[in-house]
Amino acid sequence: MKSVEEIKAAIEAAVPDAGVKIIPNGSPSGQHSLLLNPVHAMEVARFLRDDAELALDFLSNVTGVDYLDKEIAEKVKVTRPVTKTVEGVEQTTEETVEETRKHTQPGYLEVVYHLYSMAKKHGPVVLRMRTANRSDQVELPSFTRVWRSAEFQEREIFDLFGVVFTAHPDLRRLLMWEGFKDHPMRRDYVEPDDFEYEPTAHDEVLARAKAHQSREQGPGNRG
Amino acid sequence: MSLARTKTEKLEDWNRPPVCTVDGDGELLEVSMGPHHPSTHGVFRMDVALDGERVIRLKPVFGYLHRNHEQIGQNASYLASMPYTDRLDYFCSLTNNWAYALAVEKLVGQAVPERAEYIRVITAELTRVQNHASAIGFLIQEMGASGTPLMYAFKEREKILDLFESLTGSRMMCNYMRFGGCRVDVSAAWLDATRKVVAGLPGFVDEYEALLSGNEILMARTQGVGVLRPDLAVNAGITGPMLRGSGVNYDIRKVDHYGIYDRFKFRVPLGDHGDIFDRYMVRVLEMRESIRILEQALKDVPGGPVMDPKAKIRGFKPKPGEAYGRIEAPKGELGFYLISDGGPNPYRYRVRPPSLINLTVLEDMCLGHNVADVVLIFGSVDIVLGEVDR
Repeated sequence: MKSVEEIKAAIEAAVPDAGVKIIPNGSPSGQHSLLLNPVHAMEVARFLRDDAELALDFLSNVTGVDYLDKEIAEKVKVTRPVTKTVEGVEQTTEETVEETRKHTQPGYLEVVYHLYSMAKKHGPVVLRMRTANRSDQVELPSFTRVWRSAEFQEREIFDLFGVVFTAHPDLRRLLMWEGFKDHPMRRDYVEPDDFEYEPTAHDEVLARAKAHQSREQGPGNRG
Repeated sequence: MSLARTKTEKLEDWNRPPVCTVDGDGELLEVSMGPHHPSTHGVFRMDVALDGERVIRLKPVFGYLHRNHEQIGQNASYLASMPYTDRLDYFCSLTNNWAYALAVEKLVGQAVPERAEYIRVITAELTRVQNHASAIGFLIQEMGASGTPLMYAFKEREKILDLFESLTGSRMMCNYMRFGGCRVDVSAAWLDATRKVVAGLPGFVDEYEALLSGNEILMARTQGVGVLRPDLAVNAGITGPMLRGSGVNYDIRKVDHYGIYDRFKFRVPLGDHGDIFDRYMVRVLEMRESIRILEQALKDVPGGPVMDPKAKIRGFKPKPGEAYGRIEAPKGELGFYLISDGGPNPYRYRVRPPSLINLTVLEDMCLGHNVADVVLIFGSVDIVLGEVDR
């Protein structure tokens, strides 16, 4: 079994501008992964499956992961002119002030693939792909045409995370019903309040049900 | 009528638009089989399009038992997910426990004492025997043999579940394994009782096979029906007895040597044709191999602790990282993928469900067959809806 570095080199030899990055893994499991560029992912996938030495013919597991937008607060030292009035005379001096600047690092949806070889009996080789953000650019290429075991698993990720797999032959929701609007495995998912279905004649519950009925239906509600 | 999926078709073309052509004036009948159909093992639906009696399209519909198991796992601590894994494939809770424990042990680099490894192998192989026996029982039940074979299987299954109950306190929701060992030790009396049950198992398999294997109706209904090609099986990620029924030699107990499986002598039974009969036969032979493993394991169970004394239970927070651990569960490759961000709960908790992924090829196997065969083909996949829908 080749190491991750060797696999990266093999991919880059076969697909010159693949742009593969190694993502190290801090756990004792030592399962380091390869981050693929979605543009060349299909060629890389075909190479990994068809290469005689790697022969990764078995895509075992496809996982979706959600990373939220991160707000990063940085402390920056800023030097700027300050005008002060000292004894009636205006003086301009330079002062260094510490300032906190905040910027948001956009979150992303990630899909992780665990590959094994049934022919050579080795593995796992872990691949990842990331979307540009979590709102409007959530497309990734579908691996279903290379490994069919991705068919239901990609549908599940589309359903629960909202990753849109381009060129998937049958991209529908898998576990939630058609017409459901939200993606329940996202980390900012808010559970719908279904209190109107609660039969308990309890004051608090009834009050919440009343409040719910007066509101519009929020995301994730039926219909 | 012509079948679109022939042997010469290339794998990459598998997803061409469906599928069979319809006879001259044939009208399509769309039937929704399930979710309460007795043959669906729970709540599962197949949207089937029929030309007369022949299936020309079949789309499985999932989600009736969905409770977002993975989200529950992420909202609970690592240990608190252990009892939830029992509810995945509720026929095989002990192998579910093992797969999850194995993934967490990989995540933190936790060793397992030898005695615990032996107990894990013993309980897992007992689980495999009772799962395969019942799976065959259900398959024959769906063939119309009402009751008898299933009751034969359940009689034996009850003996094994009694052992589980006396060891773990529960017949099916065992919640037995922990990260770094097992929850309680086995007693000498339990081992003796297990030896007694295992001594009776070969006789049970002989009897079961004498009842079924040579049966003319069984052969007529299963041979050549629901054929799965080996290259498609590998490409579609099929695992377990279904894969080996198609003749692909891949058993994770032999490939990964997880636990202490490299100490035992056993063979991997393989099928030739990949039809229902081969899947049935592979399960029967796997029961026999499991009994061999059990006999070897029960011979010398070493002493010592069943929990690694250094294993951390309270305040369990793995370092940031990830791990994928998998075992050969009775239904196929059961894997758990965990990402830790250093907190007490997993950042991502993923179950790789063999039952769901083995259904990927359900349509391919059913096309061109009768409705009555669909029930059999579906039964030969051996699924549990608790794991499919999670």
